[in-house]
Amino acid sequence: MKLLIKGGELVNTEKCLLERVDVLVDNGIIAAIGKDLPASGAQVVNAKGKLVCPGLIDMHVHLREPGYEAKETIASGTRAAARGGFTAVACMPNTNPVADNASVVRYILERAAAEGLVRVYPVAAITKGSKGQELTEMADLKEAGAVALSDDGLPVTDAGVMRRAMQYASMLDLTIIPHCEEKSLVDKGVMNEGYYSTVLGLPGIPAAAEEVMVARDLILAENTGCAVHIAHVSTAGSVELVRRAKEKGIKVTCEVAPHHFTLTDQSVTGYDTATKVNPPLRTSADVEAIKQGLADGTIDVIATDHAPHTVEEKMVEYQYAPFGLVGLETAVGLVFTELVETGVLTSAQAIAKLSLNAAKVLGVPGGILAEGERADITIIDPKAQEEVNPDNFASKGRNTPFAGRLLRGVPLMTVVGGRIVMQDRRVMS
Amino acid sequence: MGLQCKHMLGLQDISVQDIEKVLDTAKPMKDIIGRKIKKVPTLRGRSVVTVFYENSTRTRMSFDLAAKYLSADTVGLSASSSSVQKGESLIDTARTVEAMGADVVVLRHPASGSAELLAKTVNCAVINAGDGLHEHPTQALLDMFTIREHKGKIKGLKVAIIGDILHSRVARSNIWGLTKMGAEVRVAGPATLLPPEMDKLGVKVFTRVEDALEGADVVNVLRIQLERQKQGLFPSLREYAQLYGINKERIALAKADVLVMHPGPMNRGIEITAEVADSQQAVINEQVNNGVAVRMALLYLLTGGETVETTY
Repeated sequence: MKLLIKGGELVNTEKCLLERVDVLVDNGIIAAIGKDLPASGAQVVNAKGKLVCPGLIDMHVHLREPGYEAKETIASGTRAAARGGFTAVACMPNTNPVADNASVVRYILERAAAEGLVRVYPVAAITKGSKGQELTEMADLKEAGAVALSDDGLPVTDAGVMRRAMQYASMLDLTIIPHCEEKSLVDKGVMNEGYYSTVLGLPGIPAAAEEVMVARDLILAENTGCAVHIAHVSTAGSVELVRRAKEKGIKVTCEVAPHHFTLTDQSVTGYDTATKVNPPLRTSADVEAIKQGLADGTIDVIATDHAPHTVEEKMVEYQYAPFGLVGLETAVGLVFTELVETGVLTSAQAIAKLSLNAAKVLGVPGGILAEGERADITIIDPKAQEEVNPDNFASKGRNTPFAGRLLRGVPLMTVVGGRIVMQDRRVMS
Repeated sequence: MGLQCKHMLGLQDISVQDIEKVLDTAKPMKDIIGRKIKKVPTLRGRSVVTVFYENSTRTRMSFDLAAKYLSADTVGLSASSSSVQKGESLIDTARTVEAMGADVVVLRHPASGSAELLAKTVNCAVINAGDGLHEHPTQALLDMFTIREHKGKIKGLKVAIIGDILHSRVARSNIWGLTKMGAEVRVAGPATLLPPEMDKLGVKVFTRVEDALEGADVVNVLRIQLERQKQGLFPSLREYAQLYGINKERIALAKADVLVMHPGPMNRGIEITAEVADSQQAVINEQVNNGVAVRMALLYLLTGGETVETTY
C-alpha cells in the first residue's frame, strides 16, 4: 500500500529544522521525500500545517505483561502508545517473572509480534530478579533481543555489583539505565521532601536520595567506561551532575518524564494518588532546572515512565497507593504545551528528544525520516487542543493527574512500517 | 446554626469564625459535663460511628462520651476487629458505615489524608481524629479552648511547642489554629525531628529549647516516642531528656504564669519532669476534660447545630 503525506512540515531531527515536503511511503519504507510528489495511486494524507515526524520512541514504559495483566498488557500498552503518537516503546523488566532471562525477553517479543500495535524493545534486568545481587546473563539477553539493561523500579544498591554490571555491559556494548534512588535516604517517603510534605504530613523523599545515586553511578560510569543513561531525572542537582559529567566526557545520557517538567509537589495537595510517582514531583526550582537542562541539551530524551495501575490500587490512602502514572497518551500534549509553546524547545528539538535521541541511546533504528528508512511516522497537529479524558485512554491505566487539562499539540496519525495504526485519535483494530 | 465547613478534617483550611464557634459552643458543653446528670437530648436519634485504624484509648473514649452525653447512638469499629483484616479498603468500609445510617464518622487512621479521602467518599460529616502525621484538629481545638479559658485570649500569646515536631499531627494542627487566632508560635526540637521548611508555616523554629521557652505564655510538650530513638533519629532518651526535657529550671525561662500542656500520655522524666507535670502551671488533666466538651461542640455543630425534634 502506498501512502502520500502531502504538504506537511517534515521534522529533520538531525538538523533540528522543519522542511515543507511530501513523503511517499511504499511497501513499508519511505520511497521518496520531495516537493509536489505525484499521488500515483497512493492514499493521500493532507498534512498541511501539521508536523510530519519520525515515529516517536518512548524508551521508558511499563507494559506489565507478563504478570500484571490487570494493569496493562502488551496489546493495551501498545495501543496506548499508538494513540499517543509513539511508533515504538522500550519496556522495563519489572514484570512477573522479571525479564532477567532470555525466555521472558523472547516471550515479550513474541507477544508484541502477535498483538502489539507498535514496535516493542525489551529492556532486560541488570541483576537476577532485580534483587541487586547477581548479574543477569547479559550476552544471552542481548542475543534474545534486549536493547538495554535496567533494574528500573529498584536501584542497584550495592556499588560493587553496579560496577561489575557496568564493566560487563560495557564489554557487550549494552547501555545501563539506572534507577537512581538511595533507599536509606528514602525510608518510607512517598512525596518530595519539602514544604508540602511538611504541611501534608506525608513522609518525604529528599532530592539527595536521587542525587547521591546519580553521583555514584556517574563515578562508576567514568571508572568503567560504560554507557549510562540516567532514568527519569527529577532534581536540579541531578541535572547539574549530568551536565558536569558530560563536560568531563563521561558516556552519559539522561531522560526526563513530562510530569517532571509540568507539575510540582504542590499538586500532591488533596492527596490525589495519581500524583504519587517515583521519583516524586519536585519543586518549581527543580522544574525550572529541568527545562534549562532540556534547552541546553543536558537532558537528551523525553520518556514517559508510563506506569499503569488499576483503579482499585490507586483508590486508597496516599501512603498505601503504588507509585506511578500513565503517560503515553498525554506526552505529546504536555511536551508541546509546556515546552514548545513556552519557547523552551523548538518543535524540532522536542521531536528529536522524543525520537532520534531515544533511538541512539537504545541503539535501534528510527528517529530519522529519509528515503530508504522504514516508514515509522507520527503526524502531529501542534496547534490543535484536546482535553485529557482518561475514559478515552487506550491504556488500561486511568492514573493520570492531568484529567481535565487542556493540552495543545495532538498526535493525529501514527504509522508503523507503513501501516496506519492510529488516525484522528482512533486506534486501529 | 452550624459551621461553614461540612467536615472537620483539619485546621489548615478552616475559618477563624468556625474555630471561634467551636470554642464558644464548647463552653456550655463543658457545663453539661459538670452536671450530676450528664445527658442532654440534643443528638437523640443521631448516630456517631468511630472508626479507629490506630490504637487510641483517650481520644476514642473522649468522642464516645461526647456523643453519649448528647444522647447520640454510638458504635465503634476498630481495625483489629474489622473487615480491614479481610482486606477491605477504607472507601468500602466508609460506604458500608454510611449505608448503615451514620450521621457522623470519626476517623483515626495512620495514613495522612485518609480523613480527606473519606470525606470525598461519603455524604455524612467526617471528623478527623488524627490522620498520620497530618492533623489532629480536635486536639488543637481543645488546646486552644484550654488556653482561652486560662488566658482569656489567644491573640498575642507566645506559644512554644516542644519535641518531635516531624511526626506530630498535634503540632501541625496547633500551628494552623494558633497562628490563625493571632498567637506567636515557636517550635523546638532536635534537627532530626523538625520537618523541612517549617518556618514557611509562620512559626519560629529553634533547635535550642531555651530559645523557644524564653518569655512563653504557653508551653505545649509533645510525647516523645521510644520508637524514634530506635529509628536512629536521636542518640538516646537520656540525651533527649538532657537537651529537651522540660524541667523546673527550663520552665523558669517562660513567663511566671506559663501554662504547661501535654496531649498525653506523658513519659515522665523524659520530655517532662514529674515536678513540672504536677505543678500548678500544668493543665494536663483539664485538657482531657475540655477534650470532651470540644468534641461535644463539634458533634453538635456538624450535625446542624439544632435540637432534634422527635415526633411519635
